[in-house]
Amino acid sequence: MNLAEKILAAHCGRKVVAPGEFINARVDMVLSNDITAPIAINEFRRLGVSKVFDKSKIVMVADHFVPNKDILSAEQAKQMREFCKEYGIRFYDVGEMGIEHVLLPEQGLVLPGDVVIGADSHTCTYGAVGAFATGMGSTDIAVAMATGDIWMKVPPTIKYVYHGQLGKWVGGKDLILYTIGEIGVDGALYAAMEFTGEAIEELSMDGRFTMANMAIEAGGKAGLFHVDNKTQLYIKSRARQSYLVYESDNDAEYQDVIEYDVTAIEPQVSLPHSPANAKPVTKVGGIKIDQSVIGSCTNGRIEDLRLAAQILKRHKVHQGIRCIILPGTQQVYLDALAEGLIETFVKAGAAVSTPTCGPCLGGHMGVLAEGERCISTTNRNFVGRMGSPKSEVYLANPAVAAASAVTGKITHPDEVMK
Amino acid sequence: MKLKGKVFKYGANVDTDAIIPARYLNTSAPAELAKHCMEDIDATFVKKVKPGDIIVATSNFGCGSSREHAPLAIKASGVSCVIAYSFARIFFRNAINIGLPLLECAEAVDNIKTGDALEVDLVKGTIKNITKNKIFTAKPYPDFMSELITAGGLVAYTKKRLAQAKA
Repeated sequence: MNLAEKILAAHCGRKVVAPGEFINARVDMVLSNDITAPIAINEFRRLGVSKVFDKSKIVMVADHFVPNKDILSAEQAKQMREFCKEYGIRFYDVGEMGIEHVLLPEQGLVLPGDVVIGADSHTCTYGAVGAFATGMGSTDIAVAMATGDIWMKVPPTIKYVYHGQLGKWVGGKDLILYTIGEIGVDGALYAAMEFTGEAIEELSMDGRFTMANMAIEAGGKAGLFHVDNKTQLYIKSRARQSYLVYESDNDAEYQDVIEYDVTAIEPQVSLPHSPANAKPVTKVGGIKIDQSVIGSCTNGRIEDLRLAAQILKRHKVHQGIRCIILPGTQQVYLDALAEGLIETFVKAGAAVSTPTCGPCLGGHMGVLAEGERCISTTNRNFVGRMGSPKSEVYLANPAVAAASAVTGKITHPDEVMK
Repeated sequence: MKLKGKVFKYGANVDTDAIIPARYLNTSAPAELAKHCMEDIDATFVKKVKPGDIIVATSNFGCGSSREHAPLAIKASGVSCVIAYSFARIFFRNAINIGLPLLECAEAVDNIKTGDALEVDLVKGTIKNITKNKIFTAKPYPDFMSELITAGGLVAYTKKRLAQAKA
């Protein structure tokens, strides 16, 4: 069996599972946020149960429209807060919350070998620590909160092997945008993606989170990495309980094995309105922008901010460009403060925000007007994603987003860091 | 059960931001969501859609976010079912869970145009294009999915399961 199959088999009390089989999987963590929890709470109440299956295995995070952007959003956050209090569930509120998919790994709430489900499509992020993690809807989450298990179809796995060495300014974001560019937004539809190869071994944990995060953008059910020394080092100080490490067998079966040589890959930019429109940054041709957003569950970790700071330490944000930087969690914010990154950003003319998903989904903290263009380290550039349906979003890594903020047009970091 | 309505046809990769933009997700009230269904890719949809109408699309319908608001908005707008080449995974779960019927049938999709009148028989899995007088058969659901649909969605299914566990 491969990694995904082994984890799922262990969670449904079977020795073997195969792609296409329906199973009832035991879940180790159930997540929802301020947009998806209200429906989950209503459906949970419809189930008529008096308690949740295990309050230590449920987390709610207010991160999308908080700090509350309007009265309706405030009502949604309030409903979550009250439900969590009633059932003794851990609620991450303003002041301690972060963007869920940056927060949960950081807090040691998702571990290798876990099955994690979340009412948020980017729940697949936790594949970076060797968990089987997948997004579902609110009703699924309601049922899992009551019963501790959920139905799943065992997915086929596609193995992606990345050979070679990553160039300067090239990281997890570029690998995943490049991959989606190659296979399309349904290239891994219903499948688990397993990321391997020597370029992956060299990739930092933050880079791996970025890649796993965007598995959904290829239609993937999960995006998994094998546990290695880097994972162990990351997990060791955070884990609140023991965990099991699973490995793919040598004779594991895959729906497909796709190999890339990444040595010559440039930083990638995905043009509107699909993450699959990925192009090397030098081929994009200096498109003028109005805004640059650096943050999100894709690229809101400390390493992302360090990359942006490397560029903004020596340069100012271009006149007329709004550069908005959002540390992913309170801890990332504190680390960035301690390292002097926040001062760098503010002095360069960027706006630094408390953690929130905000602008990524056109919620608040950087919504776009008609005709505006934004380069963003987020994960989706669909029509209307960050505001007006007549605005445009270009996806890129934090170094490209920072360099573009400096020049006012989409720019290779080398151009400003000569 | 037979469903009858006129077709709204779209292409590939209709994402959940297109079905219901995130700026309206500060509520989960289906009637409110329905007011903005398909707004960013088809501003006239809400004005034109009538109860029973059917959305038809090509591949990967409902890709993107996990928002259950997407099938809720479609259902509350009056749409009776969605027919496509394929559906994104989370959207598929959500639609089944809330009782919005989905059918996968590439042949039907290729033979249906916006404005065509359809009659869909959910029990037989047949899609009749009344305008063109052609009949197609959708891919059958796996047994487990049929069980879920027959039970009336995931909450009803789970309630039954919990009651059996108690007995």
